[in-house]
Amino acid sequence: MAPGQGGKPPALANPSLGGQFNVKLAEQLLNGLQLGFVYALIALGYTMVYGIIRLINFAHGDVFMIGAFLFFFGFNVWGLPWWLALPLSMVLSAAIGMAIERLAYRPLRERGAPRIAALITAIGVSLFIEYFTSLKFVFSANFRVVPRPFEDTRFVIGGLGISTVQIFVIATVLVLLAILQFIVYRTKIGKAMRAVSVDQDAARLMGVNVDQVISFTFGLGSALAAAAGCLFALAYSQISPFMGIMPGLKAFTAAVLGGIGSIPGAVLGALIMGEAEVLTAGYLTSNYRDAIAMSLLIVVLLFRPAGLLGKAIREKV
Amino acid sequence: MRPNRKTLIAAAAVLGLYVVIELLRQTNVLDGYWQQVMDLSLIITISALGLSLIYGFAGQFSLGHAAFYGIGAYTSGFITKSYGDTPFWFILALIAGVTAAMVAAFLIGLPILRLKSDYLGIATLGFGIIVKVVLDNTDKWAPIMGGSRGMLGIPHLTTFAWVFWLTVAAVLLCRNLILSSHGRAMITVREDEVAADIMGIDTTQSKTLAFVVGCGLAGLAGGLYSHLYPFLHPTSFDFLKSLDVLLVVVLGGLGSLTGTVVTAVAWVFLLEGLRILPEAFLEWRGVLYALLLVVVMITRPQGLMGGKEWSLYKSKGSSAAPGKGGNSRASA
Amino acid sequence: MMKRILALTVAAMMVAGVVAGCGGAGSGSGGGTIKIGMIAPMTGDVKTFGESTEQGVLLALEQHKNKAGGYTIELVKGDDRNDPTEGVNIATKMITQDKVKAIIGSVSSKVTIPISEVANAQKVITITGTSTNEKVTMGEKGRKPFVFRACFIDPFQGLVGAKFALNTLKAKTAAVMYDKGNDYTVGLAEQFKLNFEKGGGKVVAMETYAQADSDFNAILTKIAGLKPEMLYLPDYYNKVSLIAKQAKSKGLNVPMVGGDGWDSTDIDYATLDGQYFTNHYAADDTRKEVQTFVKDYEAKYKKKPDALAALAYDATLVLLEGIDNAKSDDTEKIRAAIQGLKNFSAVSGKITYDEKGNPIKGAVILQVKAAKSFKFVETVNP
Repeated sequence: MAPGQGGKPPALANPSLGGQFNVKLAEQLLNGLQLGFVYALIALGYTMVYGIIRLINFAHGDVFMIGAFLFFFGFNVWGLPWWLALPLSMVLSAAIGMAIERLAYRPLRERGAPRIAALITAIGVSLFIEYFTSLKFVFSANFRVVPRPFEDTRFVIGGLGISTVQIFVIATVLVLLAILQFIVYRTKIGKAMRAVSVDQDAARLMGVNVDQVISFTFGLGSALAAAAGCLFALAYSQISPFMGIMPGLKAFTAAVLGGIGSIPGAVLGALIMGEAEVLTAGYLTSNYRDAIAMSLLIVVLLFRPAGLLGKAIREKV
Repeated sequence: MRPNRKTLIAAAAVLGLYVVIELLRQTNVLDGYWQQVMDLSLIITISALGLSLIYGFAGQFSLGHAAFYGIGAYTSGFITKSYGDTPFWFILALIAGVTAAMVAAFLIGLPILRLKSDYLGIATLGFGIIVKVVLDNTDKWAPIMGGSRGMLGIPHLTTFAWVFWLTVAAVLLCRNLILSSHGRAMITVREDEVAADIMGIDTTQSKTLAFVVGCGLAGLAGGLYSHLYPFLHPTSFDFLKSLDVLLVVVLGGLGSLTGTVVTAVAWVFLLEGLRILPEAFLEWRGVLYALLLVVVMITRPQGLMGGKEWSLYKSKGSSAAPGKGGNSRASA
Repeated sequence: MMKRILALTVAAMMVAGVVAGCGGAGSGSGGGTIKIGMIAPMTGDVKTFGESTEQGVLLALEQHKNKAGGYTIELVKGDDRNDPTEGVNIATKMITQDKVKAIIGSVSSKVTIPISEVANAQKVITITGTSTNEKVTMGEKGRKPFVFRACFIDPFQGLVGAKFALNTLKAKTAAVMYDKGNDYTVGLAEQFKLNFEKGGGKVVAMETYAQADSDFNAILTKIAGLKPEMLYLPDYYNKVSLIAKQAKSKGLNVPMVGGDGWDSTDIDYATLDGQYFTNHYAADDTRKEVQTFVKDYEAKYKKKPDALAALAYDATLVLLEGIDNAKSDDTEKIRAAIQGLKNFSAVSGKITYDEKGNPIKGAVILQVKAAKSFKFVETVNP
């Protein structure tokens, strides 16, 4: 499903048709980029948490949802300007993510419970968040429409249509990725994160406060997921308590596709998933988009069992 | 002579249980609604037993169990709807459902069972989604299956007798498999695949056997399910349903058939039972359920039975619980 | 010890479940009461439909003083969340536990169709206000005798929409986008295509999506490339609002037409300003029945009724009339009474049932106005 494989251009008897085809392709690629980048933000949270404690945090998709709702409340209900609502949502969601870790996952870690117990707990937390926010006095189970802070205008450059929303989403993600890159590779806490994900015990011996690092990782991942939620709300306008399930699932598979535990892998995987979905919908039919994306995943796993950029762990006997 | 006497007592107990429950149903002490709930709980039990075999005993982390449940449901439903609703067709349909599920399991298992733990989970999850998409689009090539609009008109052939005795059969099948050399091989593979390999166990065969049989049970459960409810819809076979079954197996305790059976029945009754809450609290159903789940896992992560079996048959020293020693990979 | 407690708790819960079940079986129909179930999407993606339905039903019952044919009417409510499986579960519970004689509902055809199957098999009457798909009253083996509706059906609605597009909007090409998992949208889309092409138009795209989808960029880019002169969107108000918003940003500034699923105060008036949809009734229709109903509804609920409310009101009236005429709680008698109604005066028109359980009625075309209202454009009669 790599770009450029969309199919042969129609008969060369009409060369302008071929040109138009390429423009449409470019527009679809842009659609896929927008979707893929939103997935990427969510996928990063999954990959970082997995890299550090080998846990598939099922509740992560719901943090995405909470981020979207917090943005909605901040922007629509409390009247904050969007450039305040977005960071506020990220900060609050980071706190919520860290709270979840502290209340639900840490007790299991401290007792040395099997990893599956943590997984089931994650599922429980996810369900709890979804049902709790569906209650009437919280968010209620209905859809909310999020008005856009700026008009979505369409530019046409050389035949290619781009909208301001698309530009905004992609730009914001790139900024966040740059910040993440900085944190992980140029700060002390980032170094500690990388150390803990390689070998927890060795890191502890070197004086790293493992619990703190784990908390921080959760917070960071949650902030990114919240940002994804805000962008999603901006781009697709409707939010509801169960909106996190599918994007969370897709982001997670994207993270595995790229190699779980690898940060560039998560971004790569997410972009591939986003493009695969959009190109399937644009050139085949929207009904198969999920099936094609998953088939892609399975095929990749068969040839590279640790994902595209993942490291194959050698088994020592 | 002790085993024979114990078998007779067990058989008598099971028969007695059947007679009592059937009486309650016939006299309508248990009304139509709860009868359906009971049928469903046993169907889920069969499915859960399948996953218990795959994951609890053989350690293969499968997140796509509902897909095989769905394959069994749609295949068998298609047959009775197209050909007839006599018991003959029903049996044929169930067999077809089981076979379809087993064939699918074999085919997808071949390439993916070599993946490790979490990756296997993802791959099965992916497969589950693919199956759901296929089910959503059945109206393109087999219009009577309804696609994502749902399938109506499958004859209501599932009765308590069918469900009960098939559950008993499933339990016996699993129990005998576990106690056999195949079963012991599976448990060994779960504990440490490398060591099992070294000891000469054909790990691929073990894993495939567990996977295929387990998915076959899911297919059987699906066939019974489709003939229980008047309406079949692909969303009943999505990823979330796979999680439900996984929940049941883990809560019951990995490596324990008793745990699986008890938890499956209790879980269905709990979910349905919560529906009778007064209207004001009805929306708290999901919240309570989730809270219960989290609390149980934190306080008792090894599940209800913790890997032990309750049986009239106490085999000395056999606890099939996953070991905690050295290899933490095994437990996921 | 822990295990013992756990086991006992589990056993206790099972016993409680059984006892609760037994408790339910005891309550039959105490002489002189008829229980009616109401199933509607009170929460979920089309919650305004459910709210309007409930309000319409309650108004009708109140005006009838909760009595019909000498019996007292007791209402049992259920929320199906616009999900067919949930609807079936609720219907089953109402039929087996509450022992309802009739069900009013649901709203969406995709929920009503399975409910009607279950109810019909148990000889429980189903009457829906707004489910327009043919399969509601016609099963795979023919007519489901105990099922009725108060609205027109989609073959008619699709025809009206197509004629409007061809004659008034003068569109020669159209693109259709619909949810393939919903009998209502599928049926309406197909009927539109059929009639649009019969009238000389060409449908350049029939694109489908799934109910859970929220990103339509790919489909819209594809459609935009085919340059249709109009867009037909037969889905519910929330999806349509989403699609319309994303369509604009793909350069699709064409007229849009839809069906009665648009009728909601939660629709995005701003984005859909100037677009049209076919509906069952208009609040500013000058007919006496309509004006009386609007007045009564506004007095009780302080807002104007939408088609959902009007049709739910009509459906309830039909049911009560049936019980009145039958003077019995035997569902077979009630069924016959309803089937035999001739020119029954309802808010949305006069109801006479044909052999398929469908009334023969006209439709209206409404236009969305950014000032949060719908403007009446024209009436179309069959």
